Amino acid sequence: MNDLQPNSVLRASGLVKHFGHVVALDGADFELLSGEILAVIGDNGAGKSTLIKALSGALIPDEGEIYLNGALVHFHNPLDARRMGIETVYQDLAVAPALNIMENIFLGREIRRAGILGSLLRMLDKQRMMDDTIRYMSDLKIGIQSMSQPVGTLSGGQRQGVAVARSAAFAQNVVIMDEPTAALGVKESRMVVELIRQVRTRGLPVILISHNMPLVFELADRIHIQRLGRRVAVIRPDEYSMADAVAIMTGAKEVESAH
Amino acid sequence: MSDALVHERPQSGWQRSRAGVAHFLTLPGVGPLLALLIAMLFFATQTDKFFTGRNFSLVVQQVIVVGTLAIGQTLIILTAGIDLSNGMVMALGSVIMASLAVEFGVPPVFAILIGLAITTAFGILNGSLVALVKLPPFIVTLGTLNIAYAITRIYRTTTISNLPTTITFLGNTFTLGETAITYGSVVMLVIYLIAWFILRETSWGRHVYAVGDNPEATRLAGISTTRLLISVYGAAGFIYGIAGLLLIARTQVGDPQAGQTANLDSITAVVLGGTSLFGGRGNVLGTLIGALIVGVFRNGLQLMGIPSMYQVLVTGILVILAVSVDQFSHRGQA
Ligand SMILES: Nc1ncnc2c1ncn2[C@@H]1O[C@H](COP(=O)(O)OP(=O)(O)O)[C@@H](O)[C@H]1O
Ligand SMILES: [Mg+2]
Repeated sequence: MNDLQPNSVLRASGLVKHFGHVVALDGADFELLSGEILAVIGDNGAGKSTLIKALSGALIPDEGEIYLNGALVHFHNPLDARRMGIETVYQDLAVAPALNIMENIFLGREIRRAGILGSLLRMLDKQRMMDDTIRYMSDLKIGIQSMSQPVGTLSGGQRQGVAVARSAAFAQNVVIMDEPTAALGVKESRMVVELIRQVRTRGLPVILISHNMPLVFELADRIHIQRLGRRVAVIRPDEYSMADAVAIMTGAKEVESAH
Repeated sequence: MSDALVHERPQSGWQRSRAGVAHFLTLPGVGPLLALLIAMLFFATQTDKFFTGRNFSLVVQQVIVVGTLAIGQTLIILTAGIDLSNGMVMALGSVIMASLAVEFGVPPVFAILIGLAITTAFGILNGSLVALVKLPPFIVTLGTLNIAYAITRIYRTTTISNLPTTITFLGNTFTLGETAITYGSVVMLVIYLIAWFILRETSWGRHVYAVGDNPEATRLAGISTTRLLISVYGAAGFIYGIAGLLLIARTQVGDPQAGQTANLDSITAVVLGGTSLFGGRGNVLGTLIGALIVGVFRNGLQLMGIPSMYQVLVTGILVILAVSVDQFSHRGQA
């Protein structure tokens, strides 16, 4: 294993998580470096989502440690991770369809009005949140006519855009995306690829969980391969082929701990 | 602000204006408001006793108690819950207020506060069972309905009269033009406005919608859905206590038999007002309109001399229509 590198943003070692008899994580290691897009791939049930949930505070691992910028952290809930600058776009997006775009972006982080209207009457500063929303969305070049549209009326790609914009707006350290193109068509997937690039351009490292090999090989700087609840390899897309990656993923090929 | 606004297909003028009308009709409250206006027009053509200030004041009188209960019911239904216990909780609260003041000599203001505390406690109990024990709201409130009913009837079976004026004060009237208006109706309207403001303008209000719409997303957004749900049911319980006070003011007695159909009546008002039983969509002012629709139908049919069972029949049909619209539009959304 590598020692602590100076540019390690998020690192985990020996993560274990049981669900009853199922071992979802079986001593998984993980490392994300600054400024990179790290893809996480693996077969169904390899523990990708569980790994991501542990890193984002959505579940608490039974064993193992997580380090953020070199410091040991304990996340008890998603809010803990968010407070430390880790934002997640969940596989099922976790948006509220009846709420509008602005409300979804600011859900749980609403801005109150200044003065007595905010402190006593607890009124929200909708104008300011709306202005910020328009800025976040146009920063990522997401074209939507009205930010007061319910998210339920958007296309899949646009919804993804809202979820990504929310994460990118508030993330200080890491953006995590679980299967961001799983539910999308070809054209909308291209839009998401652009989104992910935009996020990296802003200097945020991205963890990208995906089944979509061409997407992974196009975007990722490094690829973490998960198998049976562990990290079995970390490869660079320019040194390995997609066929190699799939072979490692399914256990047909072994890699000597090459990171 | 208007860069990169692509992706939308251009629409013809016709499409846009048709979409505009459709949009207007789906604005919260517009459908129920139209239904209310049509019903009023209809009854105005049927009987000339209908369209008078005095009769409107009467309709509002008849709507106050259920209308107030329906505010709490709206909060709960917005979270995708339901409350079957509210009528019985209200009855318990009102009997306790009346009994303490009349039979135990408790100063009326304290009697009222104790009654409010008890209905709020019932709300918190409901909320805790829903949020902490994760039982379905339907079952929880069916249980507490029976508990509240039993406690009320064990406590006493006969009505309490000769209430002090402090407790029945809200039944007093003032006149506006020629029309006598009770303070109780003003109280109901004020609670509607407060609820409307809170739901629209505060984080708590927006979280009520969010948790009904997608509880998991709300949790992942870092909101304590447990605390939120308990506070919603608790607030509803408090409102039921006020409904109990309005009930006493209207009937001038504490009645252990009161409120037996109020749960379904309040749900009817909420649904007719356009709030979705699936949670996350709706508007508390719609509920006020929903309550008035029921009131206007009952009153209008009565003025036309139609037997009361037909009024119940019509209410039932209206509810099914409203739920169908809800179901239909929800399917369209998802
Ligand atoms: N909440 C849960 N309860 C029970 N089993 C779970 C739960 N979450 C995941 N699992 C199980 O853990 C294993 C890993 O799941 P997951 O992390 O979702 O894998 P992946 O995202 O790689 O497909 C699977 O066998 C899955 O069925
Ligand atoms: Mg998964």
